[in-house]
Amino acid sequence: MRIVIAEDSVLLREGLTRLLAEAGHDVVATAGEGEEFLRAVGQHEPDAVVVDVRMPPTFTDEGLRAALVVRRRWPGIGVLVLSQYVEERYATELLSGRPHGVGYLLKDRVADLAEFLDALDRVAGGGSALDPEVVAQLLARSSHPLVGLTPREREVLGLMAEGRSNAAIAAALVIGGGAVEKHINSIFAKLGLPPADRDHRRVLAVLHYLGAG
Amino acid sequence: MADSGVASGPAAGAPPASALGRAVRPVVSGRTWLAVIHLLTGPFIGVVAFAFFVTAAAAGVALLPVALVGVPVLGVTVWACRRFAAFERARFAVMLGVRMPAPRRDLSPGVSWWRRTWRALGSLVTLRQFGYALLRLPLGLVQFALVIVVWSLPLALLGMPVLGWLLPRLWAGADTGPVLGDRAGLAAAAALGLLLLLAAPQLTRALAVADIAIARYLIGPGSSADMTARIGELERSRARVVGAAEAERRRIERDLHDGAQQRLVSLAMDLGRAKARFTDDPEGARAIIDQAHAEAKEALVELRNLVRGVHPPVLADRGLDAALSGLAALSPVPVTVRADLPVRAAPSVEAIAYFVVAEALTNIAKHARATRAEVSAERRGDVLHIVIRDDGIGGADPRGQGLSGLADRVTGVDGKLSVHSPAGGPTVIEVDLPCGS
Repeated sequence: MRIVIAEDSVLLREGLTRLLAEAGHDVVATAGEGEEFLRAVGQHEPDAVVVDVRMPPTFTDEGLRAALVVRRRWPGIGVLVLSQYVEERYATELLSGRPHGVGYLLKDRVADLAEFLDALDRVAGGGSALDPEVVAQLLARSSHPLVGLTPREREVLGLMAEGRSNAAIAAALVIGGGAVEKHINSIFAKLGLPPADRDHRRVLAVLHYLGAG
Repeated sequence: MADSGVASGPAAGAPPASALGRAVRPVVSGRTWLAVIHLLTGPFIGVVAFAFFVTAAAAGVALLPVALVGVPVLGVTVWACRRFAAFERARFAVMLGVRMPAPRRDLSPGVSWWRRTWRALGSLVTLRQFGYALLRLPLGLVQFALVIVVWSLPLALLGMPVLGWLLPRLWAGADTGPVLGDRAGLAAAAALGLLLLLAAPQLTRALAVADIAIARYLIGPGSSADMTARIGELERSRARVVGAAEAERRRIERDLHDGAQQRLVSLAMDLGRAKARFTDDPEGARAIIDQAHAEAKEALVELRNLVRGVHPPVLADRGLDAALSGLAALSPVPVTVRADLPVRAAPSVEAIAYFVVAEALTNIAKHARATRAEVSAERRGDVLHIVIRDDGIGGADPRGQGLSGLADRVTGVDGKLSVHSPAGGPTVIEVDLPCGS
């Protein structure tokens, strides 16, 4: 996979580059600020980009804005945004109606290599990856009550919102695939959502229900 | 509007007028007549106020022995006193152009409604306002009478020549009497009338100034003794705010020391051990590295949560509304957040609001034994109104260290924090933070 990285901290930029190269990916360019990053993306048209939210010159949401530009201008490129803090509000801006090919994770998640690479694969393949912390925030801010759901169903709902597949949900909860499907059907029935079999449509429905995207 | 703006002279910048024009203008000036109307309406307002406050105060005092039913009645009376004083200040502003600042309210932190009422009952400010409400009637009556005399006397004197001229023509045999028949007497009356008429605006003004002086003393910002008390209160509040900030710095230092710093030390030790074992015992080294990996991730979480509790970047970036989500997700007790904040407050106000919610949620997690909590934030005019509610066991002590620290922060920006936490719960913390200026 061809990747462009935008990260202003040299330490992390080098670390990420090394980590992705060791996993067999090709980091075609790295950038330390937004404009430079967008030029690199235009030049290389990579499969995916990894972007830090906080970058110079403003050190606020520079990276997020660059990520939004990439999503608008090159819809085919997977965008994975990393941050020291994740915020439901940024996630909502990032998803904005189209939770395809986008991810938003805490930087810590890079420490769990397999999970991080899996998320990157999902994003590059048009799927989504939302940090569990973002999902927890979305649940706290949801305008709809989730009172009807059992604790297990809440867990499944959270994992769905993170963008996980049935198999991944089954593995995470140590239950069978059939049980996962049963829970999902029950959740959709209880929340009054139209049934959706494809992973992407399902994420869309869930995120929309939670008030994001 | 100037503080002593009862002037009746021509406005600055008006073209120079003749001596006659200068003398007559105050008589027809809108300000003079507003002052007249102000003085004439006084007794009518006074009669209503007198009836209400005498009844309310009497009822309150009479009901005091009856299981303290009188206290809420007196509380309402105090509240009405304050509203009446505000109404009167507004009337002075509109009619006389005098802006009177309100007396400072009691801003003591974390005080219950009962205690505040009790304090207000004994306060000089309330006493003065109550006195004003009762005084309005007699004062108004005297002013009413004087204004009538001041204006009707010159008009009557001026009317005498007209009457002397008119009467014999209306009724052929009318007796004009010794005064109306005397031309010199009529001229003298007319001259005196004119003189008094030209003086009437000055006399009206004098009455208004007296009224303002009385009102300023009774419902105004208060005497220098009050100011001294207010300054003392501000000094204490400032000391508490400085103390609270200092305590928080120490807490952050301690959290860093006990948390992330210790973890990094232990992480470095683990990696050192793993390095030493690497060649002889690869399996053992691997186990230690696993442990170190977990430790490093824990340190990250602790650092992030620490910053989350102090001032997260999103607070400056996207405001209080967006920042509250992170606090809610961090809390081990499920929290729902509702925010209606169409405009952002000043950064300092947002930071204090955030700090209060963060501390309140921490307290709930530690002490309340709650199953759920709710945070709501809304903008009410110039005030940021925040409510933090839980379904826990209650019994939170407003004078305890945590809550009094919060109250100190809130009073530091002239805000108000109240805690309702009966034993058995639920606990409700309400915070009002002024956003103006």
